[in-house]
Amino acid sequence: MSTTQELVAPPAPAGWKRALGKARSNPTTAVGVVICIIIMAAAILAPWVAPYDPADQDIFNRLQPPSAEFWLGTDQFGRDILSRLMWGGRISLTVSLGAIFAAAIIGGAIGLISGYIGGRFDLFVMQVMDVLLSFPSLILGLIVVALLGPELINLVVAIALTAIAPFARVARAPTMALKERAFVEAGRALGFSHTRVLFRHILPNIMSEVMVMGTLWLATAVRVEASLSFIGLGVKPPTATWGGMTRDGFENILDAPWLAVFPGLAILFLVLGLNMVGDGLRDATDPKLRNE
Amino acid sequence: MTGFVLRRLLAAVPTLIAVLTLVFIIVRIVPGDPALVILGDQATPEAIAALRTRLGLDRSLWAQYFSFITSALVGDFGVSMVTGRSIMAEVGAVLPHTIDLTLASMIFGIVIGVPVGIWAALHRNGVVDVAARVLSLLGLSFPVFVSGIFLLLAFSLHWRWFPVIGSADLSDYGDRLHKLVLPTVALGLVMAAYITRVTRSAMLQSLGEDYIRTARAKGVPWRRVVWVHGLRNASIPIVTVVGLYVGILLGNSVLTEIVFNRPGLGKIIVGALNQRDYTMLQGLMVIYCFLIVVVNLITDLLYGVIDPRVKAE
Amino acid sequence: MTAPVLIVEGLRKHFVAKKGFPKPRTIRVRAVEDISFTIHAGEAFGLVGESGCGKSTAARALLRLIEPDAGTVTWKGENVLTAKGAALKALRRRMQIVFQDPYSSLDPRQSIGSALMEPMHVHGLAEGQEARRRAGALLEEVGLPPAALDRFPHEFSGGQRQRIGIARALTVEPELIVADEPVSALDVSVQAQVLLLMQDLRKRRGLSFLFVSHDLSVVRWFCDRVAVMYLGRIVEEGPAGRVLANPMHPYAQMLRDASPVPDPARRGVLPRIIGEIPSAANPPPGCPFHPRCVHAMPQCSQVMPGWTLAAGDNQGGVACHLHG
Repeated sequence: MSTTQELVAPPAPAGWKRALGKARSNPTTAVGVVICIIIMAAAILAPWVAPYDPADQDIFNRLQPPSAEFWLGTDQFGRDILSRLMWGGRISLTVSLGAIFAAAIIGGAIGLISGYIGGRFDLFVMQVMDVLLSFPSLILGLIVVALLGPELINLVVAIALTAIAPFARVARAPTMALKERAFVEAGRALGFSHTRVLFRHILPNIMSEVMVMGTLWLATAVRVEASLSFIGLGVKPPTATWGGMTRDGFENILDAPWLAVFPGLAILFLVLGLNMVGDGLRDATDPKLRNE
Repeated sequence: MTGFVLRRLLAAVPTLIAVLTLVFIIVRIVPGDPALVILGDQATPEAIAALRTRLGLDRSLWAQYFSFITSALVGDFGVSMVTGRSIMAEVGAVLPHTIDLTLASMIFGIVIGVPVGIWAALHRNGVVDVAARVLSLLGLSFPVFVSGIFLLLAFSLHWRWFPVIGSADLSDYGDRLHKLVLPTVALGLVMAAYITRVTRSAMLQSLGEDYIRTARAKGVPWRRVVWVHGLRNASIPIVTVVGLYVGILLGNSVLTEIVFNRPGLGKIIVGALNQRDYTMLQGLMVIYCFLIVVVNLITDLLYGVIDPRVKAE
Repeated sequence: MTAPVLIVEGLRKHFVAKKGFPKPRTIRVRAVEDISFTIHAGEAFGLVGESGCGKSTAARALLRLIEPDAGTVTWKGENVLTAKGAALKALRRRMQIVFQDPYSSLDPRQSIGSALMEPMHVHGLAEGQEARRRAGALLEEVGLPPAALDRFPHEFSGGQRQRIGIARALTVEPELIVADEPVSALDVSVQAQVLLLMQDLRKRRGLSFLFVSHDLSVVRWFCDRVAVMYLGRIVEEGPAGRVLANPMHPYAQMLRDASPVPDPARRGVLPRIIGEIPSAANPPPGCPFHPRCVHAMPQCSQVMPGWTLAAGDNQGGVACHLHG
């Protein structure tokens, strides 16, 4: 290993701050952040800013095209599409955030512990993760929701289940690399418990990988939730969900194509925004690009 | 090479058995007696008992598990609880449609993704590169049913180039191909986007290596450097992504089949879910997993072909 | 002579791996085969040998950073290898380690202050302001400004990080420091500063050292006694001056002749390095050094040489048939 001169290196912001600064200067990330903020704001503020009640049926205004009165038109029951989209966003975000949060914690802990312990235990755990991975995630989600019933909490469980194995893998690889680093050995030599080494020293060092993964998988979770509702396994009607609205619109595609197009675009934009943010974060935290 | 293939084949067996076990457990922990679900609340106890015997539910869990594993390993998944037909026969009838679609989407993804990725890598930060990056990010954000609906709206309803109904006669190859176009694009879009990105970054990395500089210094023509030295070394990540993505393609084919109203595994699985056809679900899960295990195996073998170091290990 | 603090007897560590399919072969790497030595209070004991001879493994095994397979390690009469829980934690306070690579020995996301205060907290030595005061004092002791407390490892150079690593080892007030190639990753100019610091600390705090290195000139300068390791065994041991100037074992002679001589006038022909170090997975029978030895005799390839004491008082010994 080469060495540096005996000088104090110029102070540089550590880890996350540096990554965030770098991500902010990337136009893709900036656009992604704006998209995500707009959609999240619309979803959070839906009860106060949505022009209509999402469940209000108005038989005199059925299948209206977009107009000044109904910005994005109305569906076959005369419900306002814009209002339903804003409320549907709440479901998408709740389910996806809940599922990814759960998967990151459970999967991250599995990967962390398995990678740290290593040996046969690690082989066994990773074999189990491989089995989970060998189910196509949509199929696994489909079956779990179908068996448990289409409730919001079950959607969270189903989507979390599909994401646990990837998180375990993402947490495990850097854990295995880190446990060979001398600072882990130093901690053991100083009498630190395994728990302390694992959670105080290894965990903070793998957080950026897990967070980047989380953003990217949030996009996948939004897509899977929408897909499940599209198939008819989402939160039950009359609750508005983006996937369900797309499905309703698809049934009326000849009469009112906008019914399917607007919810489809909403899903597309949210997934795109999340992918842009995740991409930027990954580039900013990628050790290969970090020194550029 | 034989030892390598054998090793990988044997390594797949425990995975398969584990998958079977997991499927068995998932189906067993479902609340409710399947016999009761099928026959409804009004069924007489005698009828329920008879059905339980027919389904083998009256045997011990171990006996059920053992017979499930042994028959599944020889490809027998029993009969559908709803139609009474053999599951292999029902699946076999529609499997060609799903395989058509998955393979076509995979080829679509590779044919679009690899050249575009190479092109973008060779003109880093140029117009093509920026366009490829933006479009691929957009492409991989499309849920399959959204891209499917947009394609239907544009090419079937507006321009009427392609049929709305996607079910094709398997023996009429022209018809089969014609009806495959839109579903393939819808399903393959995400794959093409992913392959573009991976090819681009793998090529960028591989072109920055010393052996590329050496090859150029030796006077190897640039075209040959890119296609032989660059691409060969970039192909491991590409193969990995293709392998990983086949699973996602299989899952997403369910959505494609709904949107384009095509027959296939997806249609069967949705039907089985609605009718609580447990034996069918059990069989389908195993078949999906089996397909993925096979794909992983092929990916592993391809690694060995591309990279001699893998075989030696 | 002062009382022994650390006694290592018959320490052994083998690494076992299974390789190959369909017929798996068990590969047993005999990293440490049989190591015995004693370190006295305030003494600096050197462990030298080529890379791969097992010296770092031995150092880690006696600290229980890896679990040895056999042997005994005794710290002031207490058995280190059977210690558990609180007893092990208490023993860890007594023996600390300084690592070779200053870039990986500090947690990149932990401030220097936190890295120094954490061990004090774990061992209940000091908390809060008191811990911070102690950490600052330790930094000054190793020649860094207390302002470094709030900085992160990446803001420091290799030599500075090594000083921080030493300060961290001192937080628990150890009596023995295992220094595993502590300067070999540093620039030559920095090496001297770090060595001087350790020498200074040793005198001031009365520390004992186990100094693991491949660099004979560094060991000669720093250590009182030295053991030469070859393929997991100690082949010669004795006072540093005697062993490094007038080695008895042919391997130790080879090492001496291979190490650079500072005075160009005394430099002779290129050092005679014969052959390569055999794999520890497949050690030769008899004396492990015989395939490379210029003095090899027939019995060398059959019989493991015993331990012969060197002439004179406390001059150590050697494992070689030439002297047996």
